[in-house]
Amino acid sequence: MTTMSPVMRMAHDISAQFRHLSLGEAADVIADHMRKFWDPRMRAQLVADVEQAGIHCDSHVAAAARLLRSGGG
Amino acid sequence: MALLKEPDLGTPAKPGPATVSVEVDGHPVTVPEGTSVMRAAALSGIDIPKLCATDSLDAFGSCRLCLVEIAGRPSTPASCTTPVTDGMRVRIQTPRLEKLRQGVMELYISDHPLDCLTCSANGDCELQDMSGVVGLRQVRYGYEGENHLDLDKDTSNPYFDFDPSKCIACSRCVRACGEVQGTFALTIEGRGFESKVSAGAGELFLDSECVSCGACVQACPTATLQEKSVVDLGMPNRTVLTTCAYCGVGCSFKAELRGDELVRMVPYKDGGANEGHSCVKGRFAFGYATHPERVTTPMVRDSIDDEWREVDWDTAISHVARRFRELQDTYGQGAIGGITSSRCTNEEVYVVQKMVRAAFGNNNVDTCARVCHSPTGYGLKQTFGTSAGTQDFRSVAQADVIVVIGANPTDAHPVFASRMKRRLREGAKLIVADPRRIDLVRSAHIEASHHLQLTPGTNVAVVNAMAHVVVTEGLTDESFVADRCEDFDAWSEFIAREENSPEAIEAITGVPAAELRDAARLYATGGNAAIYYGLGVTEHSQGSTMVMGMANLAMATGNIGREGVGVNPLRGQNNVQGSCDMGSFPHELSGYRHVSDDAVREVFETLWQRPIVAEPGLRIPNMFDSALDGSFRGLFVQGEDIAQSDPNTSHVTEALRALDLLVVQDLFLNETAKFAHVFLPGTSFLEKDGTFTNAERRINRVRPVMPPKTGKHEWEVPGEIARAMGYEMSYKHPREIMAEIASVTPTFAGVSFEKLDKLGSVQWPCNDAAPEGTPTMHVDAFVRGKGKFVPTPFVATTERSSRKFPLLLTTGRILSQYNVGAQTRRTANVTWHPEDVLELHPHDAEERGIGDGDEVTLASRVGRTRLRALLSDRMPVGVVYTTFHHPDTGANVVTTENSDWATNCPEYKVTAVQVGKGVTR
Repeated sequence: MTTMSPVMRMAHDISAQFRHLSLGEAADVIADHMRKFWDPRMRAQLVADVEQAGIHCDSHVAAAARLLRSGGG
Repeated sequence: MALLKEPDLGTPAKPGPATVSVEVDGHPVTVPEGTSVMRAAALSGIDIPKLCATDSLDAFGSCRLCLVEIAGRPSTPASCTTPVTDGMRVRIQTPRLEKLRQGVMELYISDHPLDCLTCSANGDCELQDMSGVVGLRQVRYGYEGENHLDLDKDTSNPYFDFDPSKCIACSRCVRACGEVQGTFALTIEGRGFESKVSAGAGELFLDSECVSCGACVQACPTATLQEKSVVDLGMPNRTVLTTCAYCGVGCSFKAELRGDELVRMVPYKDGGANEGHSCVKGRFAFGYATHPERVTTPMVRDSIDDEWREVDWDTAISHVARRFRELQDTYGQGAIGGITSSRCTNEEVYVVQKMVRAAFGNNNVDTCARVCHSPTGYGLKQTFGTSAGTQDFRSVAQADVIVVIGANPTDAHPVFASRMKRRLREGAKLIVADPRRIDLVRSAHIEASHHLQLTPGTNVAVVNAMAHVVVTEGLTDESFVADRCEDFDAWSEFIAREENSPEAIEAITGVPAAELRDAARLYATGGNAAIYYGLGVTEHSQGSTMVMGMANLAMATGNIGREGVGVNPLRGQNNVQGSCDMGSFPHELSGYRHVSDDAVREVFETLWQRPIVAEPGLRIPNMFDSALDGSFRGLFVQGEDIAQSDPNTSHVTEALRALDLLVVQDLFLNETAKFAHVFLPGTSFLEKDGTFTNAERRINRVRPVMPPKTGKHEWEVPGEIARAMGYEMSYKHPREIMAEIASVTPTFAGVSFEKLDKLGSVQWPCNDAAPEGTPTMHVDAFVRGKGKFVPTPFVATTERSSRKFPLLLTTGRILSQYNVGAQTRRTANVTWHPEDVLELHPHDAEERGIGDGDEVTLASRVGRTRLRALLSDRMPVGVVYTTFHHPDTGANVVTTENSDWATNCPEYKVTAVQVGKGVTR
């Protein structure tokens, strides 16, 4: 059983779909998807979860979270 | 209206222009080539006497009542089997013909009980009518000889009786079962005088393969096959035209009443979706509307541990409004939300999402489509530009290759399945992709060319491999791709990679590479190829990817934009399409327009006089998670039983327990209502006034058969809650709601109740460009302009079998029951399915010491339940299957929170499980 938070689990599910893209391209697509479909509180939660995970966080998820943070979620 | 008796022209219409001119008793008429003399006569206004002919069935020519004279021909041919020829002169009424018909009728009547005055079909009997028409005045043959009058009645079916003593052996029932329904359960047994209608091999109807669609009852010209309700209540005397509230086929029905009492539902011949056919649910299973367990009075309680208190509507509404406002004042504007129902009308759904957006002031609105076809919304929007099936149902009659992926139409969409089976009997080829050997794979007169029996969870690998074959074997429709699509090159490079070849994925999917290659070639080269799919596509972690994969395949082969082709979701509930169209998703306003679009928001803000939040709101699974983290406190649930239907029941019920206010509006105290603080009684489809939109985008009228048993129309309730919360929102009639929908939704701009009443139905888009609707989409251009190819890498689900959970569970529904069973469990349909069972392969059963009918425990990583085992070799080894119609078994106790990456649609179709004999804790 996973111990990830729901938003972290969902972020991993999304990022898994875009491994065929470069990290930068994938981060753009993932962040854009979250902006289009995720409630702001979920995006904020993800940013917080990624910060807490630190270096253990999946690189694609972390890159997308950085874009969400810099772009105001 | 008075009882509506539709005209019966005797034989089916023939396609093509009217080019053949004939004269019938001096009346000229011009008809299409191939038209029967009988139909031509009817079109000229002259009905020829008939018994074995009816225009829903091919001509049979057995009753000999429809004989005519044709100038230049010595004989008296049967008009039903004789096609017209140009210049033909037909005579219907001559002394010779009258004598012949009277003789025929005399023979029929000589072996028919003369109990007309007390017969249940009195007034609705064609034998009775024809006796009058032919002028029968005497029956010279007495009852002393051998006859059939003492044959026993078969009353085994819960909905209709079979009385062979009244049978005239016209074969209409047998032909209806074959030609219309495609089941072939009935036959004529014996020869000559011994001929009799038989269900199967002399079985009772209930024990036979009869699926109780009612086609035989409808076709029967006498009281031989008769609804029990007609026997009990008498012949109806008025009709209300309305729309079925079960699956997404959306059949049109004549609700036939005697006074104010509903006697029977009869499929409507002019119904665009069903054209006179029905299934056991729509035809017979309407008794839940008056079931004694209906709750018709609002109820409140402070805690879910308290008893319910009945209150009046005003008290309930003000209580709901006050508590919602208190929660928002304490926890913020986004602390509450609502869920719309795909069983409610477009108008009822629209007002709920408006209540959430305008009165609640957020976008926390979602719909039960979240757990079924939300990936369709995402996938088709990305590739084609809008969330809609591309065809009308009639289109399947033009298909040469039919691909059924993750759908079981004979159980879940039976009326459409009958259309499909008819086309397959005509010679269209069939490809089935399904882990189970569903009935379509091999049934009467049908056999799939290819059954791709894939491992659950590997859809995307299979569709990619089919596309790989198309691209690498030069089967692409290059001109279609060049003219109509974009991003082909990048997709083509991706799909041509070896990793997507049938050989590379064979070990993952279990589908032999050679079989898959042949199927792909057939799809690409077999003529018009049409894809039909169901929840076996969407309810996966890659549901949205799979929808895009199918769209890619259709575009690459040019199978979009004309009759006979397309990509078609078979929607689960009657108004899934409509509830999505109406802006029920938290990121979209009506017509699938994103809430971040300033211009779109401005339209609504101007009309509603409230700002619309530009950010998406919470989806249903997110609502549960947010309830558990404390940021979401109040929920309005319209006609959905999320505690039974949504995955991982313990997670759902934990979330519902965490809410401070749960308002449930429903017909019954369902599983969700156990966690509710307010219960608002809802209305059944027989009480509703509005519209449903079916899977082919057809907007049909739903007309009230009876006044609301609750004392209030369901569309009034959200407006009253909104007003009590300080937002003015009121309508005098649902037609005003549709007028508002049309004013803010470009694809509905031309829709009105008046137009629907005039035309019967329309398919959106319906606007100035298409004032009578759009049967086929993307004809000259895609909604988004160019069709977009999207790479679809296969990503395996994280839900894997293991030593502890070595089997894969997949779930679905069966013919006689519907979803969580709230409706069908309260009808005689329980006769066929009194409990959910677990289907498993005999090999898997033997390994576990399980016998057919044994009680077993079904356990997954999240929960366990118990069911009875059904051994079935239509299951592959390693895969088990059950339905979710009964709360006692609660299949969703074991399903997980895995979901589609793009939409959060649950992965109902893949759960790693173990099955053990007996009940364990």
